[in-house]
Amino acid sequence: MLYPTQTHSLQELQQQAAVASKVYVQRDYNSGKICKFQTKFPSELESRVDKQQFEETMQTLNNLYAEAEKIGGKSYLEGCLACMTAYTIFLCMETHYEKVLKKIARFVKEQNEKIYAPLGLLLTDPIERGLRVVEITIFEDRSIGSGR
Amino acid sequence: MNNCEYQQIEPLSLPTPRPAAVEEEEEKARRKWEVFPGKNRFYCDGRFILAQQSGVLPLTLGLILVTTVLFFVFDCPFLVKHLTVFIPAIGGVLFVFAVISLLQTSFTDPGILPRATPDEAAYIEKQIDNSGSSTYRHPPRTKEVVINQQVVKLKYCFTCKMFRPPRTSHCSLCDNCVERFDHHCPWVGNCVGKRNYRFFYTFIVSLSFLTAFIFGCVATHLALNTQTINVVFDFSSCTAVELVICFLSVWSILGLSGFHTYLVASNLTTNEDIKGSWSGKSEAEDTGNPYSYNNILTNCCSVLCGPMPPSLIDRRGFVPVEQSSQTVSMEMVLPMPAAKEIKVVVGPTPSQLPPSRALQVPSSPLPATPLSLTGRPQFSCLF
Repeated sequence: MLYPTQTHSLQELQQQAAVASKVYVQRDYNSGKICKFQTKFPSELESRVDKQQFEETMQTLNNLYAEAEKIGGKSYLEGCLACMTAYTIFLCMETHYEKVLKKIARFVKEQNEKIYAPLGLLLTDPIERGLRVVEITIFEDRSIGSGR
Repeated sequence: MNNCEYQQIEPLSLPTPRPAAVEEEEEKARRKWEVFPGKNRFYCDGRFILAQQSGVLPLTLGLILVTTVLFFVFDCPFLVKHLTVFIPAIGGVLFVFAVISLLQTSFTDPGILPRATPDEAAYIEKQIDNSGSSTYRHPPRTKEVVINQQVVKLKYCFTCKMFRPPRTSHCSLCDNCVERFDHHCPWVGNCVGKRNYRFFYTFIVSLSFLTAFIFGCVATHLALNTQTINVVFDFSSCTAVELVICFLSVWSILGLSGFHTYLVASNLTTNEDIKGSWSGKSEAEDTGNPYSYNNILTNCCSVLCGPMPPSLIDRRGFVPVEQSSQTVSMEMVLPMPAAKEIKVVVGPTPSQLPPSRALQVPSSPLPATPLSLTGRPQFSCLF
């Protein structure tokens, strides 16, 4: 009752499990200053999650951030409009970046609920860590043999 | 083993966490700006941020206000009569632009990077140690990345306990790492970085236009008014004051605008320009600026009209209660004091943080990420 059964819901994890360790996926600066995380599969997760699945999650995350930071016609328009109104437009309008960040938050929550929580993992939205790292919390799980 | 112990304790410990939890609930209503480790001041419950030393911001505001007010009171009536009614209109628009962009530069988060959590710092330290550094205290704390076929060294920040992203620098006055750090401007009372550079640029450009405009108008006024020389000395003393202020400031402000226009066009920061990071110290290598798009227009657009990044420090979010009432119920009873301990960890500067604490934290129960996810005001921080 105290420890989660084989498949956990996100809520069960949050309320009941103990943290075994945390893994941090760092930023990949090789493409410049755009927000991109390394897609290399951390060794600590080998026993927990499928490599393909993880890399897919990271790639989607990277694509979403690329969309947020995309410099194109729409962002220029937003920028010029903002400049002309002495940037007061930011007080009433949600920027494109913020909209995409909300999308990312929803995506991370969905991935946690569907894929990672049942495996005893929890992804932290990178914005909570200043867009520096993707923090992955590995929960101690007695029901799945040895945790690592 | 732990399970059994826990099951025994649970019914007994249930009453005790509740009052403590209630306390924590009340304590919990602390916003992150209240425990912010950097040297910044916050106003309006975390909506506005300013450096600790506001420098000469009041002086800047005062000078602009006084000069413009004197202009409107003493020069505009004359010039409207003799020239055109557009003069106060243009002056007004420039003044509004200058003041708004000044206030935005001063009160906007320049792109402060939140410090690494203790877990993160411990993880990075472990990785550095694993890579075979010689000593613990002074290992070669740099990491190299290749950006745009150029090798860039990322330095490790000992205060913020993380590898600084490219173009990030630690401001000693504000004690924060700031992204795309340009400089710390005392006139504005804040650092100038990624998020407020466009406001700063708008400010100095509109201010240089305003100063030049007032200077021109005042000079015209004096020129047109020379027939009544006696009267000149009476009411034009204010005009003379304006003239002096504008004359002295127009050169420096125009010069600064010109300099920053050059920086914007070549996608450089003041910090990089002064250090000569990309000025080709060694002629052998091709050390150009890896961040430049090699096109003036693209550079200008990306710096001034690019997407506005969000504030990363989440000033108005609530401090996550890591050891909240929920988690107390499943860990041993001892977290009660530990909870308070760990909460404090968020506050003090890392220099005060003994290494042992950083190691303790990983054993703590789950991070309040779910709580903070719901508690975080979704990107409503516009500054």
